[in-house]
Amino acid sequence: MPAANPVLDVTLFLLFLLILTGAAVLAGRYLAAVFSGSIIRAPFSRIEHALFRLVGTSPEKEESWQGYARDLLLFNALGFLVLFFILILQGILPLNPGQIPGFSPVDALNIAVSFMTNTNWQLYSGEASASYFTQVLGFTVQNFLSAATGLCVAIAVMRGLTRKMTDRIGNFWVDMIRAVLYVLLPLACIAAFVLLSQGVIQNFDPSLTTAGYGGTGSQTIAMGPVASQEAIKELGTNGGGFFNANSAHPYENPTSFSNLFEIFLILLIPAALPFTFGILSGQKRQGWALYATMMMLFVASLGILYAAELSGNPALGLQYVPGVSMEGKEVRFGLSGTVLFSTSTTAAACGAVDAMHDSLTPLGGLVPMFLILLGEVVFGGVGSGFATMIAFVIVAVFIAGLMIGRTPEYLARKVEIFEMKMALITILVPGILVLIFVGIAAVFEGGLLGIFNPGPHGLSEIVYAFASMANNNGSAFAGLNAALPFYSLAGTVVMVVGRYVPAIAMLALAGTMARKKTIPPGPGTLPTSSPSFVLWLIAIILIVGALTFFPLFAMGPIAEHFALAGGI
Amino acid sequence: MTWQRSLPTAILLFCVVFLITGIAYPLFVTCVAELTFPSQAHGSLVRNGSGTVIGSELIGLPFTGPLYFEGRPSSTPGSPYNAARSGGSNLGPSNPALLESVNDRIRHLENFGIPGPWPGDLVTSSGSGLDPHITLDAALLQVPVVAQARGMDEDEIRALVFQNIVSDPLSQGNPYVNVFALNRALDERGVQ
Repeated sequence: MPAANPVLDVTLFLLFLLILTGAAVLAGRYLAAVFSGSIIRAPFSRIEHALFRLVGTSPEKEESWQGYARDLLLFNALGFLVLFFILILQGILPLNPGQIPGFSPVDALNIAVSFMTNTNWQLYSGEASASYFTQVLGFTVQNFLSAATGLCVAIAVMRGLTRKMTDRIGNFWVDMIRAVLYVLLPLACIAAFVLLSQGVIQNFDPSLTTAGYGGTGSQTIAMGPVASQEAIKELGTNGGGFFNANSAHPYENPTSFSNLFEIFLILLIPAALPFTFGILSGQKRQGWALYATMMMLFVASLGILYAAELSGNPALGLQYVPGVSMEGKEVRFGLSGTVLFSTSTTAAACGAVDAMHDSLTPLGGLVPMFLILLGEVVFGGVGSGFATMIAFVIVAVFIAGLMIGRTPEYLARKVEIFEMKMALITILVPGILVLIFVGIAAVFEGGLLGIFNPGPHGLSEIVYAFASMANNNGSAFAGLNAALPFYSLAGTVVMVVGRYVPAIAMLALAGTMARKKTIPPGPGTLPTSSPSFVLWLIAIILIVGALTFFPLFAMGPIAEHFALAGGI
Repeated sequence: MTWQRSLPTAILLFCVVFLITGIAYPLFVTCVAELTFPSQAHGSLVRNGSGTVIGSELIGLPFTGPLYFEGRPSSTPGSPYNAARSGGSNLGPSNPALLESVNDRIRHLENFGIPGPWPGDLVTSSGSGLDPHITLDAALLQVPVVAQARGMDEDEIRALVFQNIVSDPLSQGNPYVNVFALNRALDERGVQ
């Protein structure tokens, strides 16, 4: 790979994004049909109704935003409890051929919260510390549930923005069942099959000791039910690897095709949601406008990351090793596959990695960090990114409204004080968490102890860690010792607040928007699907993202870049 | 509804989803795997003539030259290419330790008589620590040394390297070889 070929790579990117867009349009339609219930016919409708009766609900019983939020929290809390006890008790549970002991309560707390919040921040090494029981009945289940929860929030927000004069935004139980049964489960089955064909493993064998070859000595190879988890890990933008090396591991991601396929899975549902929104709002242009905003930010990020990695590490060049720095990268993915994965996993709130982000060039590492700190609005996690994007739209509409002296409106509904508060909470809470906790970690011994790489890069590690946890991404500059009590406990708090405060704020926003009357558009109405609004929205996103965190970027990656470029 | 009335629904629904996604789905995928891709599902293992497992097609091994082609350095905990504990070095780009490890590796290659400039993959460790591949350049660079150690013709070994290029339409003009496969081909061909 030292001789990367930019022309071929750019062609690959274009082709990939074209295919993604096509698939996203189709998936967007499908999601709209699923959540409005319009394509659910016999025999599925009968099975579904039996399920609804069993759990004691029905699609007609819709809730206010408070009720929806209550059910969501309750269900998530239940998932957390079950996972927590599985983690503590895994030593005595079955499917544990490696006889791995249970987790300590502090670690179990962090891990359970991490999987409940779709973060999948992993302070443990998958193959060494988690039994098959934990991986399958703990993590795989939560991968479905946390992704479905995100999807529910996005759908409820869409309902809120497209209904009028009602206080009902849907039934959480119905949305949850439909998200799992019609969206995640079938897609995961197909995805697992494709991954199997590429060589991803799926077994319950104990780890295997080989005889070795040609004087290599014997090798112990970790095994496990990987394909079933890998599929939902990418599709649900969870990102928690079966193995410590995550998607860099040959058993999780064996070929360059499986690599592209996993990237496709990560982006599919997040990219589809703007189109779903376009259909549900009856104005497809609105969906395209949001998609265009995301795509432009994505392409710019991809370009910068690619250029940074292509130019390589000057320090290595001086050692007579020209070209791309391969530290932390896999040969089979090539530069294009590596860069596309890193951009996608942080644009969406996935957090799986196929290369070690800690070893990227300084500016290369800045891109994933920046994408996470923007709030993962570029496609975003399954559901959560879309909700945050709507918060940015509300802010953009409001500021534009102030500038042109009109009452701000979105989709013919007035944006008032309460909606603004909720949008700002959604946008600012993760950022504030990052700033506060980075500040604490940078002066507190318990925080500084965790740093692995010296110099400005050490600060980057801390910033990346809290950015990743507050925005529920889960990737890391993994040199940082995340198992230290400080990071374990602070991380638990950050992940919970970073997930549920924005989610509830967005549900509240949806709830009050649903109550409003619609106003017929007039000549002074700000068009929210025009190219100029798209550019305006991008400007708002960048200003909020860049200005809030610029000092951190300057002291971390940018300082490191100049130090390296100048020679150290 | 209220908290109290939602709780039974939450518990029942959780049980349903738990059964579907935690038990039915993984079992389904496992069955499909056994029926369609049994060898891949169990790790693409490689056996020798007597049926003993000697490694996996997908997992790199810590080969040492000059009799064999060397793979990439590995930073897995404990020992290189520890497939029970995958992981990378996580060394940052400006970390002096990164330069040190690269320089160590360069000295090692120079001791064999492998001259620079060195392809990046041959002197840096991979993210998984288990990368089974090296670039074609990294393999070709080792050809003279391996040929000399084995007393074989350089051209013959070079041809072997080209035969072992992994067929990958997405390799974007950057061919690479599987080190384990190449070394086995080498043993089949020539004197040790």
